[in-house]
Amino acid sequence: MSFWRYYIPFETIVIRETQRYTRIWVQTIVPPAITMTLYFVIFGSLIGRRIGEMGGVPFVDYIAPGIIMMAVITNAYSNVVSSFFGAKFQRHIEEILVAPVPNWVIILGYVAGGVGRGLLVGLVVTIVASFFVSFRIHNLAVVVSVVALTSVLFALGGLINAIFAKKFDDISIVPTFILTPLTYLGGVFYTISMLPEFWQKVSLVNPILYMVNAFRYGFLGQSDVPLAVAYGLIIGFIVVLFCFCLWLINRGTGIRS
Amino acid sequence: MNALSIRGLTKTYANGLVALHGIDLDVAEGDFFALLGPNGAGKSTTIGILSSLVNKTAGKVHVFGHDMDAELEAAKACIGLVPQEVNLNGFEKLFQVLVNQAGYYGLPRRRARERAETCLRELGLWDRRDDITRNLSGGMKRRLMIARALVHQPRLLILDEPTAGVDIEIRRSMWAYLQEINAAGTTIILTTHYLEEAEHLCRNIAIIDEGRIIENTSIRALLRRMNTEVFMLTLDGDLAQPPELPGHDCRLVDPHTLEVAVHRGQSLNSLFAALSEQGVTVVSMRNRNNRLEQLFLQLVRLDEGRLESTRRREADARLAGGGQR
Ligand SMILES: Nc1ncnc2c1ncn2[C@@H]1O[C@H](COP(=O)(O)OP(=O)(O)OP(=O)(O)O)[C@@H](O)[C@H]1O
Ligand SMILES: [Mg+2]
Repeated sequence: MSFWRYYIPFETIVIRETQRYTRIWVQTIVPPAITMTLYFVIFGSLIGRRIGEMGGVPFVDYIAPGIIMMAVITNAYSNVVSSFFGAKFQRHIEEILVAPVPNWVIILGYVAGGVGRGLLVGLVVTIVASFFVSFRIHNLAVVVSVVALTSVLFALGGLINAIFAKKFDDISIVPTFILTPLTYLGGVFYTISMLPEFWQKVSLVNPILYMVNAFRYGFLGQSDVPLAVAYGLIIGFIVVLFCFCLWLINRGTGIRS
Repeated sequence: MNALSIRGLTKTYANGLVALHGIDLDVAEGDFFALLGPNGAGKSTTIGILSSLVNKTAGKVHVFGHDMDAELEAAKACIGLVPQEVNLNGFEKLFQVLVNQAGYYGLPRRRARERAETCLRELGLWDRRDDITRNLSGGMKRRLMIARALVHQPRLLILDEPTAGVDIEIRRSMWAYLQEINAAGTTIILTTHYLEEAEHLCRNIAIIDEGRIIENTSIRALLRRMNTEVFMLTLDGDLAQPPELPGHDCRLVDPHTLEVAVHRGQSLNSLFAALSEQGVTVVSMRNRNNRLEQLFLQLVRLDEGRLESTRRREADARLAGGGQR
C-alpha cells in the first residue's frame, strides 16, 4: 500500500519526463548524436590515423569511451536542469508541490528522467561509434555501473542548478563554464601520463577524470586511476548531492516563498 | 470535525513584508466559505500556506484534523487547489495534465484516466482533450484548473478567484457546478473581490484586510447588517432637479437617471408612491453595484485612494461581465 503511494507519483514523473524529451527528440537526441559523430570522424578517422596509438590501442578506440561518457554527462545534466527550471518558470512545478508527494520522490523522479535521457543518448552514440570503433568489452559490469552512477550524479547536479536558477542564463552557466571544460580536461582525448607531473596532479582533482577512466577501464581494461577510488568518489558525490538537494527542496529554496 | 482550522497564522515574506498578522479561521465540513478582501489583503498568501506553496512563519493549520506540520501528506491529500494565476504546462495536452495530476495524488494509471475523462467532461473540455493547454482561452484554462483540482476527488476544494476573467455565461455554469459538488459533500473555500459572488454561493464569510480577519460570520448576518441599499432608477422623461423624497437620499446622475438610497425599514411602495405623486415615471430599476464598497466602508476606515480603486475595479468587472445581476 505504502509502496504504491510513493511508486505511482514516481512513475508519473518519470513517464512525463520521458515523454518530454522523446517528444522534442530533434532537440534532445539528435544534436548529441551529430556532435559525437563529428568527433569520431575528425579525431578518429582523420586526425586519429596520424596520431596512431594511445595507451597501446588505436586512438579512436581510446577516445570512444570518453566521448560516450561526455554525451551521457551532458544529457543527464541538461535534461533535469531544463525540465525542472521550465517547470519553475511556467509554475507547473506547483502541480507536484501541492500533491502528497514526498520531496525525495520528486528528486528520484527527475533524476530517473535525466538518467533515462543520458543513457538513451549514450546508447545512440555507442551505436554511431560502432561504425568507427572496434569495441572490446573488458568488464561489462563496470561499463554499466559506471555509466549509470555517473548519470545519476549529473542528473542530481542538474537538479541543484535548476533549483538555484532564477533566469534562463543561469541554466547554461554551469554547463558552459564548468562542465564542458572539466570534461575536456578529464582525459577524454588523452592519458594523463602524457602530461608533465604537475599537470598530472592538477588533473587528479577533476572528478570527471575518474569517471571517464573507470568507464574506459570497462572497455579497455586500462585506467589512469584506481577503480576503487573512482567508485568511491562517484558514490560519495551522489550521496552528498542527494542530501544537499533534499535539504534545498525541504527548505523550499527557489520554489516556495 | 472542521475541514479547516487555522490558529495564529503569520507570514512575513523574505523582504520583511508582513502579509498575515496571526489569523484564526475555522471552516466547517461541508461549508461553502468565502474569503473576501481587497487587493493585497493576504488571501492568496493564506491559500498558499494551506496548499504548501508558501512557507508559514508561525501558526498552526489543521486540515480535516491532520496537522500540516506532522501529517503533511495526509493533509495535502484532502485538498484540491485552483490557484489565482495560471500554472499549466503550456505544451502538455489537457488529458495528460489531468492524468499526471491524478498520478501525483497516487491514483493508479487506469483510474487516473477514468477520472481525467470524467472531470474534463464535467467542465466541458472533453472535446479539447488533445489540445495543448497554451491553445486554450483564459476562461478555458481556468476551467481546466478546476478539473485538475478535482481529479483526485478532494474533500476540500480551494479556489483563488475562480471567476476572474470568465464570461458571464461560463461564470453562471461554474457557480452551478460548484454548488452541485458542494451539495454532494465537498467543502469549498473561495476567494473573491465580489460580494455578489459570495452572496450567491456561500454560507459563511471571512473578510480579510491588511493581513487581519476583520469579520467572520454568516453571509446572512452580514447582509442583514448592511442597512442601506442604493437603487438606480431610469426615468421616462427628463428631470431638471431631483424630486422631493422625504427620508431618502437621492441625486440625479443625469436628467433621466435617479439614484435613491433605501434604508432599513423604508419600503419601496412608499418610495414609488412618492414618485408617482410628483409625476415621475420609472421605466426600470437596478441595484447600484457597490455593496462591497459599502461593506468595506462600514468595516474598515478606508482611505479615499483604495475606495477609488475598488470602485474602478468593480466598474471594470461590470464592463467585462456585461453587468451581472
Ligand atoms: N512572494 C512575495 N514576496 C513578497 N511579498 C509578497 C509576496 N507575495 C505576496 N506578497 C505581498 O503580500 C501581501 C498579500 O498578498 P496576497 O497575494 O496574499 O494578496 P491577495 O489578498 O491575494 O490580493 P489579490 O486580491 O490582489 O489577489 C501583498 O502586500 C503582497 O505584495
Ligand atoms: Mg490573490
